[in-house]
Amino acid sequence: MLGLGHVFKLGTLGAAVMAVGLLFQPAASSAQPLRIEITEGVIEPMPFAAPAFVAESAAAQNFAQELSQVVSSDLTGTGLFREIPREAHISQITSFQSPVQFADWKAINAQVLITGAADVNANGQLVVKFRVYDVFSGAEVGQGMQFVGTADGVRRMAHKVADQVYSRITGETGYFDSRVVFVSESGPKDQRAKRLAIMDYDGANLQYLTGSGAIVLAPRFSPDGSRVIYTSYQTGEPRIHVLNVGDVQSRILPAQGGMMSFAPRFAPNGQSLIYSATTGSNTDLFRMDIGSGQITQLTTSPSIETAPSFSPDGSQIVFESDRSGTQQLYIMSTSGGEPRRISFGEGRYGTPVWSPRGDMIAFTKQNAGRFHIGVMRTDGSEERLLTASFLDEGPTWAPNGRVLMFARETQGASGSSALYSVDISGRNLKRVQTPAGGSDPSWGPLQ
Amino acid sequence: MKTLINATLMVALLGATACTRADRFDDMNGAGMDANAGINQGIIPGSANDPRSPAYFNQTIGDRVLFAVDQSTLSPEAQRVLDGQAQWLMTNNDYLAVIEGHADEQGTREYNLALGARRANAVMEYLVAKGVAQNRLRFVSYGKERPIEVCSQEACYAKNRRAVTVISIGSLS
Repeated sequence: MLGLGHVFKLGTLGAAVMAVGLLFQPAASSAQPLRIEITEGVIEPMPFAAPAFVAESAAAQNFAQELSQVVSSDLTGTGLFREIPREAHISQITSFQSPVQFADWKAINAQVLITGAADVNANGQLVVKFRVYDVFSGAEVGQGMQFVGTADGVRRMAHKVADQVYSRITGETGYFDSRVVFVSESGPKDQRAKRLAIMDYDGANLQYLTGSGAIVLAPRFSPDGSRVIYTSYQTGEPRIHVLNVGDVQSRILPAQGGMMSFAPRFAPNGQSLIYSATTGSNTDLFRMDIGSGQITQLTTSPSIETAPSFSPDGSQIVFESDRSGTQQLYIMSTSGGEPRRISFGEGRYGTPVWSPRGDMIAFTKQNAGRFHIGVMRTDGSEERLLTASFLDEGPTWAPNGRVLMFARETQGASGSSALYSVDISGRNLKRVQTPAGGSDPSWGPLQ
Repeated sequence: MKTLINATLMVALLGATACTRADRFDDMNGAGMDANAGINQGIIPGSANDPRSPAYFNQTIGDRVLFAVDQSTLSPEAQRVLDGQAQWLMTNNDYLAVIEGHADEQGTREYNLALGARRANAVMEYLVAKGVAQNRLRFVSYGKERPIEVCSQEACYAKNRRAVTVISIGSLS
């Protein structure tokens, strides 16, 4: 009997994940567990081998290839792992059940071996199995698992496999089976067309959510990823709209107050939101109960208060204000009250975003004509700048709080905006592939 | 006020010169325009020389004022332009105006949205102080979303940090 564990069912739109069986055997323990400590700052990526998944039927042939490719791409994309190319493999994995020839994988210096198999069952569903091995101890890392889903969910199933591998080796939750909503940009700077778009974290499966008829800005996912809240000029003025991701239907939120309202963010419980509204020259923060539409004003200073972000427990808000004369970061209670300034370095600080772990704030910093994405602790200490460029802006956290995505605009008449990601260590800066330009990313939850 | 009248006279004179050229141009192209009317009054109706025309508002008075980096204070030069705008709006009561506030690209998106609002509001408050009825005015900020110049140098930034008064015929209902 295979030690296959949880069986997950993936719906077409991937909302339902259901555990229907717990048939696994205990994991074999290795003397020195395979481990990457992310906080230590990995200089040398861990080498792994991921031979093509075994196709257990002809119908599963194409899926098997794609699965192992996506798993490898997820892992190498973190910068924490390095794939040993297939050409270097000595052994082939032709059967998921056969014993592994560990000597062959040791010989090519693989520390991790990922084996898998794909099949298409009688209902036309894709069945994916995998195992993770510590090559040097010859032991399995965690238990084998099986996922069942619709064929169009093949990439999601691969992301789930990769999330498991990442999680078992780093001890952190993964982030590959997640999506990003952002503003797709095309055209020159003075005629830029903007549309909301949603995609997998790696840029695959892109779908447009709005047309380019009205300017759209700064979308944010609801905590469960089912809704997107954003600012649109559809009515001629910036107003807050809510969009249902499932059926792509949007509506404007009523009674927002002020002449313009923008910068909306969902509370962690999804029941209320905070946003900025402008009256005269004054921009303040407000909270709205979505169900009742009741609005509470949170700040009253005559300065600009915007770009709010909730703490993960919903009790506090970090935001930017220029009450001191320049943009700086402040934290206050969700119910309002006296804010406490947390940014004290040189330059201006904006777009603070609370990490999903609660311990860090990511931000945009402008200093000496350059823009940076940085992180600091919630008391403002241990500030670290992760990037530097002509214009970096608007970080968003991966669901595990280990990676940030942001937008980088290049300068000049032909300048354009693209999405990038970077580790909170400052390593592994890379562009996220999108068909057009991109800005204002919001990273959704792990699905 | 005396300065304003002098400026208006000068504009009218300059306009007459420009108009003569325009008439010749029209004649050469056989556009069938009543050239005599133009010469007699020095004004082509609807042109930038016609003090009642939107073109006059946009070009002769100037539809926009510029701001310093991260500021919404109106310079003396901006105030002169806005004096002209206020005068025009009070003369042409069938027009409404939307003031569009803008920022350059050196700033984060949502802050720039609020900054553009500050600029537009500064213009609106000035026009109201000069006597334009508040209910004929409203403002909207585009932040850094709608630059008119695309280089990444101060020469372009200076033109992008603007508030533009966009007029249109309309009722207040």
